[in-house]
This record gives sequence, C-alpha cells and structure tokens, in this order.
Amino acid sequence: MNKWLTPRSTLGLVLVAAALIVLPFVVGMGGQAWVRILNFAILYAFLALGLNIVVGFAGLLDLGYVAFYAVGAYTWALLASPHFGLHLPFWAILPIGAVFACIAGALLGAPTLKLRGDYLAIVTLGFGEIVRIFMNNLNAPVNITNGAQGITLIDPVVVGQFKFSATSTIFGLTVTGPQKYYYLLVLLALGVILVNYRLQHSRIGRAWQAIREDEIAAKAIGINTRNVKLLAFAMGASFGGIAGGIFAAMQGFVSPESFSLIESIMILAMVVLGGMGHIPGVILGAVLLAILPEALRYAVVPVQKALFGEVLADPESLRMLVFGLALVLVMRFRPAGLWPSPERRRELAEKTQ
Amino acid sequence: MSAPVLLEARAVAKHFGGVKALRDVSLTIRQGEVYGLIGPNGAGKTTFFNCMTGLYVPDGGGFVFAGAPLVADAPHRAAERGIARTFQNIRLFGNMTALENVMVGRHVRTRAGVFGAILRNGATRAEEAAIRRRAEELLHYVGIEDCADDLAKNLSYGDQRRLEIARALAAEPKLLCLDEPAAGMNGAETAELRVLIEGIRADGVTILLIEHDVKLVMGLCDRVAVLDYGALVIEDVPAVVQHDPRVIEAYIGVAA
Ligand SMILES: Nc1ncnc2c1ncn2[C@@H]1O[C@H](COP(=O)(O)OP(=O)(O)O)[C@@H](O)[C@H]1O
Ligand SMILES: [Mg+2]
Repeated sequence: MNKWLTPRSTLGLVLVAAALIVLPFVVGMGGQAWVRILNFAILYAFLALGLNIVVGFAGLLDLGYVAFYAVGAYTWALLASPHFGLHLPFWAILPIGAVFACIAGALLGAPTLKLRGDYLAIVTLGFGEIVRIFMNNLNAPVNITNGAQGITLIDPVVVGQFKFSATSTIFGLTVTGPQKYYYLLVLLALGVILVNYRLQHSRIGRAWQAIREDEIAAKAIGINTRNVKLLAFAMGASFGGIAGGIFAAMQGFVSPESFSLIESIMILAMVVLGGMGHIPGVILGAVLLAILPEALRYAVVPVQKALFGEVLADPESLRMLVFGLALVLVMRFRPAGLWPSPERRRELAEKTQ
Repeated sequence: MSAPVLLEARAVAKHFGGVKALRDVSLTIRQGEVYGLIGPNGAGKTTFFNCMTGLYVPDGGGFVFAGAPLVADAPHRAAERGIARTFQNIRLFGNMTALENVMVGRHVRTRAGVFGAILRNGATRAEEAAIRRRAEELLHYVGIEDCADDLAKNLSYGDQRRLEIARALAAEPKLLCLDEPAAGMNGAETAELRVLIEGIRADGVTILLIEHDVKLVMGLCDRVAVLDYGALVIEDVPAVVQHDPRVIEAYIGVAA
C-alpha cells in the first residue's frame, strides 16, 4: 500500500484533489450552464465506468446499457415525486434503483449470455429499446410512468435540511445547486473508480479477463462462465441504476426520450474511444465526448458568422458529423483508444504488424 | 496393482454427423497411475478428453469419477470435481502474464466474490496473497519462475506447455489430463517434460496422457489404451500393448 505514497505521487494527489475542489468555481465563472455540462461529463464518466465492467472487463458487447440508466431514473422519479405522492429519502432510493437495475440486468443476462459477440449485441440493443418503449406506454390502463410526457417535479437530493438543488452560503461562500451536485458526483465517481480498480485486480476480475481471452480454456479450468458473466452484467447494471437516480434528481424531470439507443451508443463510444478496460482512458473518453459537443455548440455559431457571415449548418447536425469524424479518426490512428492500457496497445500493435 | 478406480468410462460414444469419433469406449483409470492413451491421428483421443471434461456432451455412455457420475455439459463442474487438463493446441490466456494464468487457475479452489473484491476485507486479502504465493510456487515447480511477469503469448513454445501444466495443477486436480504435451518439443525438452510428469505423479496426482511419442508413453505409463477409429483396441501394460498385432497394424511404427 505504502509503495504508492511516494512524495511525488502524494504531491500529485494533492494537486489533483485541489483542482477537483476548485474546478466548479472556476467553471462557474463562465456561467452555471458550464457547471451543469461539467456535471454531465462526470455522470457520463460514471456510466462509462459502469459499462466498462461489462464491455471492458468481461468483453460482453452491451448495446442496451441505457436501459439500466432508465430503470434507475424512473425508480427515483416514481419514489420521489408528486406522481405517486412518494418522497423517499435518497439513501433509500439510490440502493433500490441499483437493485432494480441489477435485477433488470440479471433478467436480461440470464437467458442471453450464452450468445456470443454480435448476437448478444443485438439482443441487448433490443432490450434497451423495449425498456424505453415500456416507459413510453406504461400510462394505461394504469398510469405508472406517465408515458411520453414523463415525470416532473422530481425531488432533488436532500440530506437532512441540505438541498442540493438550491443555492446556499457555506462559510461565506456562495455555492449553487449545480456546484453541490458536482461534489456529489465527484464522490460517486471516485467510488466507481475504486470499485473498477478493485474488481479488475481480483479473483473475479481475472476470471473476466480469462473469459475474454479464451472462453473454452476458462471453462476447462473451472470458471462457471455463465455466472461470472452474469455477475459482470449485474454489476454494470447496478451502476447504471445509480447514475439514473442521480440524473433524475439533478434534472427534476425524466421522460423516455432521454433513454434512446443513441445514448447507449454514446456511452459505448466513450468506453471504446477512451480505451476499453483501462480506467483512466474510459474517464478521458467520457469527459471528452460529453464536453466536446457542448463546446462545439458554443463555438459553431460565432465561427461560422465570422467565416461566412451567416450560419450555414446548425450545431446539432454538425455535432453528429464531428462525432462520426472523431470516431473514424480514432479508430484509424489509435485503434486501441485514446488512452489504452499498455498491454492492450501492445496487443493491437502486434496484431497489425 | 489394484489401487482404487478413479475414473471409469462406460461405453462413451460420440459422433459428428457421420463420423463416429468414439464407439462405446470403456476404460478404467486407477488412482496414482500414469495412463497412456494412444492411437493414430483422428482416432478420437482428444474427443475422449473433451467428453470427459464436459466440453462435449457424449451421445451415449458416461463417466464415473471418484465414485460419482460426471455431469455432462458442465466443464466447470468437472474441474471442481478434480479433473484438470491441457490442450493439444495450447490454450493459454495470451494477454495475461504467466503468473496471472496460474492465479486464474486457482479460481475453482478459491471463494472471493464481488463484495470481497470491492471491500477488500481481511479474508479476501489473505486469499489473494495465498493465490499469488501458490501460483509462484507452481511456476517454480514447472521451472518457469523467471517468466512470471511475461505475457503468456510471449513465452517459448516449451515454456507455454509448462505454463499450461502449472495452470492445470493450480486447480489441485486428482486427475491431470495432458493432450500431447510433448508435441513439437525437441529431445531435450521431452526429457525434461518426462521428469516433470514423474514428479507430478510422485506428488500423488493421477495422470492421463495422450501422446504420440511412443518412447515417452511406453517408458512413462503404467497402463496404455489404444484407440483406433474411435474404438478401444486394447488396454493393458505397455509391454503387452507394444507387441499386440492389432496395435502394430493400427499404429504402424509402434513396434519399431
Ligand atoms: N468439433 C468437431 N466437429 C466435427 N468433427 C470433429 C470434431 N472434433 C473432432 N472431430 C472428428 O472426430 C475424429 C476424432 O478427432 P480427435 O478426437 O481430434 O482425434 P485425435 O485427437 O485422436 O487425433 C476426427 O475424425 C475429427 O475430424
Ligand atoms: Mg488430438
């Protein structure tokens, strides 16, 4: 343990911690909208690290990850809003959301994990859509999800009297709602980083890697591949559920629209672009893909005005263009991702030689 | 001469379409012996291994291991019961280090789950340390401790074979099944392999050996079975098998 705490790494740690602490205030100078964007970047990093357990560690291609995010979000929305008149505290709902998402993961995984690669991807893709369509249509005959209108007036995270949605003054410092959520999200993200790291270097993590490398050999040495894969699925799903809960609380509103296929693809792209299975890479991928489109939105209009004197392409359509281009470029020049683990880089380098 | 029976194959049959890879093969392996399984290419030796270790489901018959039947189609359960194997065409986890390969081999004899991994409590840490220690011992045992941190795919061919044996031993098998472990080895490497196998036997592990190197089989094995076109030709001590006319016919070159 102590071999990590050299003077240099301690200094690095302190600097990173200090940066993380002041970041929302620095960003906040540009407006609270930027703090919100930052928050989404962290939320996506959280989601991407959850999916990384499934895709990066166990090597299971899951194209319906957003389903678990949706389950978590709706769990929070239904248990803490006027819709059913329930207002459970966060420490109860977050675990419930995680458990529901976990159950959803197991329900999807149990019958499908015998499938390989492409087939699993197709089934998970379908599952993601099914969940979204369910949320869209579960408003009749009994109104559970309020259909396409979604659920509004969702409770924010409240700890005692401390409301995360409101601005308050702490030690003479004005802290806005988004800034408070920022710290909560950073804490959660640190948690999921720790979990990722510990899982990777454990008996189960090794079993996942073994399955990824050679499933037949993994079976032959006694790994119950179905159960171990299911474990990865359920773990990943639980984190999706927690992220969903925070999303619902932060937005105060959920609707099925937020959980479309493109979200699943985005999260997967974060994992793949950043560096599958490599924790720092996945975080980088998530932060980049979450922030770039927003930055683009702010840059596109002025740049076009300056260049052509008018706006030729609206930011939304350019977003997908840039996104696609980025994917192609990364796959062409850094096939293992922007920041792959050293082993994976070597692996791919050898394959292409 | 009559140690208790460890594995009994009862009329095991397996076909692939029209190919009868195994025709009602029955044989008996006793505790503590080195049992050789030989036969020409395509005779069904590997198929026999695959049926026994649960990778294939036999079309007929079955296995009794250590007094209880083996469940077909459950490779992890065969490993749990104490059957470990290597593969004819080495199947290591190429992008894991040699040490990690052996560590993952301990899977079936260890317990830690996700909660242990996340909480990293005392019991989990102790287990993890024990896994690492045992894996290091096993690398030393097969003589490749210097390669502990190399990726498995970067080891030399002979070392990969040894590593696969170490990984199999990590599961503390009662029965170790080696599928052509000497294939592709030179004379010196084969001699070393023989020493290794004898050492494993001396430690009390029963060994089932598929091998093409007839000298190795005849010198090493207590009893030998010969398969030809999926059928058992003979099961006896090497001296008898070696001079059986059916074997000489099936396996031209054996008698030389
Ligand atoms: N998975 C399979 N699918 C179809 N045929 C197979 C399969 N495995 C083995 N066989 C066939 O079964 C026969 C026995 O093969 P095998 O057990 O590998 O022989 P050996 O190991 O004795 O050389 C061969 O004719 C082979 O082609
Ligand atoms: Mg064979």
